[in-house]
Amino acid sequence: MSTEYLLEVDNITCRYGRDRAVDGLSFRARPGSLTCLLGPSGCGKTTGLRAIAGFQDLDKGEIRIESRCVSKPGYLLPPERRQVGMVFQDHALFPHLKVSDNVAAGLRHQQESLRRQTVSGLLERMGLSALGERFPHELSGGQQQRVALARALAPRPRLLLMDEPFSNLDLDLRERLGVEVHDLLKEHGITAVMVTHDQYDAFVLGDEVGIMSQGNILQWDTPYNVYHEPTSRFVADFIGNGVFVRGTRTGERAVNTELGDIQGTLDRPALTSAVVDVLIRPDDVLPDPDGPISARVSRKAFKGADIMYTLTLPSGTTLLSMFPSHDNFAVGDHVRVRLNVDHLVVFPIENTVTESMTSSPA
Amino acid sequence: MRAVAVESVPETPRNLRLIDRWTLSSVLLAALVALPVLTVIGLAVGSTGDIWQHLLSTSLPRYIRNTLYLMLGVGVAVCVLGISTAWLVTMCRFPGRRVFEWLLLLPLAMPAYVIAYAYTDFLEYAGVVQGVLRAFFGWQSARDYWFPEVRSLGGAIIFMGFVLYPYVYLLTRAAFLEQSVSMIEASRLLGRGAWHTFFSVSLPSVRPAIAVGLALALMETLNDFGTVDYFAVETLTVGIFDVWLGMGNLAGGAQIAVVMMLFVIGLITLENISRRHQRYYQPASTRLKQLPAYPLVGWQRIAATGVCFVPVLVGFIVPVLVLGELAWVYFDASWTPAFRTYVLNSCLLSVAAALIALLVAIVIAYARRLKGSRVLKLATRIASLGYALPGAVLAVGIIVPFAAFDNALDAWMRAQLGISTGLLLSGTVTAVVFAYVVRFLAIALGQVEASLEKISPSMDMAARTLGYGAGETFVRYHAPLIRGGLFTALMIVFVDCMKELPATLILRPFNFDTLATHVYEFASDEMLGEAALGSLTIVIVGLLPVLLLTRMIGKSRNGGPDQPTRPAPMASVA
Repeated sequence: MSTEYLLEVDNITCRYGRDRAVDGLSFRARPGSLTCLLGPSGCGKTTGLRAIAGFQDLDKGEIRIESRCVSKPGYLLPPERRQVGMVFQDHALFPHLKVSDNVAAGLRHQQESLRRQTVSGLLERMGLSALGERFPHELSGGQQQRVALARALAPRPRLLLMDEPFSNLDLDLRERLGVEVHDLLKEHGITAVMVTHDQYDAFVLGDEVGIMSQGNILQWDTPYNVYHEPTSRFVADFIGNGVFVRGTRTGERAVNTELGDIQGTLDRPALTSAVVDVLIRPDDVLPDPDGPISARVSRKAFKGADIMYTLTLPSGTTLLSMFPSHDNFAVGDHVRVRLNVDHLVVFPIENTVTESMTSSPA
Repeated sequence: MRAVAVESVPETPRNLRLIDRWTLSSVLLAALVALPVLTVIGLAVGSTGDIWQHLLSTSLPRYIRNTLYLMLGVGVAVCVLGISTAWLVTMCRFPGRRVFEWLLLLPLAMPAYVIAYAYTDFLEYAGVVQGVLRAFFGWQSARDYWFPEVRSLGGAIIFMGFVLYPYVYLLTRAAFLEQSVSMIEASRLLGRGAWHTFFSVSLPSVRPAIAVGLALALMETLNDFGTVDYFAVETLTVGIFDVWLGMGNLAGGAQIAVVMMLFVIGLITLENISRRHQRYYQPASTRLKQLPAYPLVGWQRIAATGVCFVPVLVGFIVPVLVLGELAWVYFDASWTPAFRTYVLNSCLLSVAAALIALLVAIVIAYARRLKGSRVLKLATRIASLGYALPGAVLAVGIIVPFAAFDNALDAWMRAQLGISTGLLLSGTVTAVVFAYVVRFLAIALGQVEASLEKISPSMDMAARTLGYGAGETFVRYHAPLIRGGLFTALMIVFVDCMKELPATLILRPFNFDTLATHVYEFASDEMLGEAALGSLTIVIVGLLPVLLLTRMIGKSRNGGPDQPTRPAPMASVA
C-alpha cells in the first residue's frame, strides 16, 4: 500500500438541491482502525457515509480507498464494486431469505462448499449457529443486527460502514453488543467507520471520534479527549453534561472564578480575552463535607449507582455534580463540594450565557 | 489484515458521469407515452381560426352543452350516492353495515355502456317493466300512459351515476376512517351534537377526498362513449366520432379533442389541488382508534339499510340479473366461434398491454428510486397523464403521429427501394396496445411506486454493497418482496383494457373485434340479446379488481384506511 491510510475522505461536498449536507468534510482512517462520526441528526454524517459507500454524488473533493479514487465530481465507482460492507439502523435483512441465505448473499462468487463453510463459521462466531434456518422476522432485534453484521463481513469487505447500528436496540443490549462488535472488529483487524448520534456508542466503539456539525468535522480526537478537552462550545455542549462558569484569567494556567482559582493545563494560546467561560463537568465537582463550596440542591436525578445533583450557589450560578448514590440528599438540602478540574477548558464569553447543558440522553 | 480481500478491483474506464441508462430509458419511455398528449396540444396551438369558426357555428356548442349537463348531473348523482353511503357505513351502526362496506363497490365492475344496455332492455317499451305495468293496468299502447324515456340525457346521468359513485364512496369512506377521532370527540365535548359535528367538522375534513373522487368519476364520464352514443346524447366524445369517423374530418375531430383537453385540465387541476389539501386534513397518528359510531334505532336502521341497498340494487344486481337472463335465452346465438375469437382478442391485447405497462412502470419507478432526480420526477408525472385522457382524444393523439410515421416511411421506402410498407403502426393492433399502455400506465406506475416505497432504502444499499448491480437488486430482492403489488398492477390494467371501448373502436384494424367492440356493435344494431353474453363476461372480469378491493377493505376493518386501488396512480401525479 502506497499510503498508510485505507480510507481517505478529502474535502468532500455533497449537495441536496441548494443545501450542502456535507460541506468540506475530510478525514482519514488507518487500516484496522475504528472511526466514529458523531453528531446530531442533520449534521451530514449519514450523507457522508452514503458518499463513502457510493450512493451519493460528490460536488467537490475526492474519496480514495486503498489510494484508489472511488468518488469524485462526475465519477462514482458503483457501490457493488467497492468491496465495502454496510450495516444499517433497521438491519435491512432480506425478509424473504433465511438467516443463512442472508449471510451468504454477498458470497455468490464462492464455491458452494466454501460458501457454506464461511456462513457457518460466521454464524458460529456471532453465536447464531442455531438460527441459520430461521427467517429474519423470527429473530430479536439484537439477533437481527448480529446477522446483518455477519452478512456484511462475509465477503471480507475492505471497509465496514455502520449507520447507527445500535439505535434500534434497547439500552442494555446496545452496550453489550457494542463491546462485542468492538472486540470482533479488532480481532479481525477490520477497518470500520460508524456514524451515530449517540456519544456512548461512539465512546465504546471508536478509536477516534469526529464530532460533526453542519456537514463538517469540528473536532477529531480520541473519545477521552473530546470529552475532556472539547475545542469548541458546540462539542462541549454536545458531549456529556456540564455548565459554564464565568471567570477571569489570572495566568497561563489559571482562571479566577467565584468558585475560587481553577488551575489546569490550558492549551489554548490563541485565546486572548481576559474574561472567559470555564467548562465544569459533573465529574469535576466532588462531594466533600469539608469542601470550600456550599450549595443548595435544586434538582436531583437518580441514575442508579450515582445521583446527578443540580446545585445552586448563593450567587445563582448552577453546577452539576455526580454523587455516589449513598449520598442521598433532598431538594433544598445544603451540600459541600470541592472542585477537581484536571482539564481547564475555557471559551471566550458569549452574550447568551449557557447556564447548563444537559444534552446527554438520560 | 486478515479480513480484507486482496482481489483486484476491476478497472473502470475513466468515464465522467457514466451515461445513466436508467434516467435515459425512463425519460425516453415517458416521452413516448406523452406523445399523444403533446400531439393534441400541438394540434390546438397549430390550428387555424376558420375551423374553429365552422365548428362554433355548427355543432360544437351543442356538444359542449350536453357534456356540461352530463357532468353536472353525474357529479350531483355520484356525490349524493357516494357521500351518504360512505357516511352511513363508517359512522353509523346498523344491521348489514359490514356487508354493505364492500357490496357498495360492486357497481365499479359495471362499465357504463353495459348498464345502459341492460336497463334499456329492462325498461323500454317491450321490456319487462313496461310489460308488467301494461298487463296490470290494462293499457293497450304507449299512448295510454307516460313512461320516462330511458335513452335520454336523464337516463345517461342516472345510470352513469349508479356505476361511478363508488369513486366518491371509496375515497370519502377512507377519509372518514382516517379523520382524527380526537377531533370529533373535541367537537362533541365542546357541545356540538352529532349532526352539527358531522356538518361542521367531519364533512369539511373529508371535502378534499370527495373532490378527488368526484374528479375521477367525471374523468370517466368524459371518457364514456358507449352510453352517450347509445342514448344519442351528443357529448364531445360523440362529437369526435361524428366529425372524424362520420364526416371523415380528422382536423375537426382534433379540434373537439382539444376542447375536451380543456375539460381534462380542469379536472386534473381540481384533483391535484384537492390532493394537496387532503394532506392537511389527515393526521396519521390516530387512525387506529375506533371511530365513534352512532347506533341507529327503529326506522333509522331501515332507512340506512335502504339507502345503502338501492345503489347496489340499481348499479349491480338488477343489470346482472337482466344480462344473465338475456345471456341464458340467447346463449346459442351468442356462443359462436366468432365470440370466442373476440374473447381471445381481448385477452391477448389486454395481457400484452398489461405486461408492457408493468414493465414501463417498473423502469420509470425504479429509475426514480435509484436516481431521485427532478428530471425523473417530471418523467413520472408526464407518464401518468394518460389516465385523464378520454379514449377518443387519446385515439386522435395516436393516429396523427402514427399515420404521419407510416406515410413518411412508406414514401421513403417506395422512393428508395420501390417497396410499399403500408400501415405499420396506424390501423394495427400496435396502435390499440399503445393506447392501452398510455391510458393505464398511471395505474401500474402508482401501484409499483407504492409497493417500492414500502421497501426500506437500506435494503437497496445492503444489496448493492454485497455486490449486486441495480438491475440485479431489483430482480433478486425487490421483485420477490413486491410480487403482490406487481400482480395487482397487472390485473387492474388487464381488466381496464378489457373494458376499454372508445380508443379500441377507433384504433382497431378493419374487421377486428374485441369483446367490448363486439358488445357495442351488437347493441348499436339493437341486438341486445346477442350482446348480453359479452356484456356479462366483461362484468365478471371486471369483478376481479373489485374483489381485490373488498379484500383490502376487509383487512382495514380495525379502522385503518385502505388505499383505493383504482385512484392510486393519481398520487404520483399530485
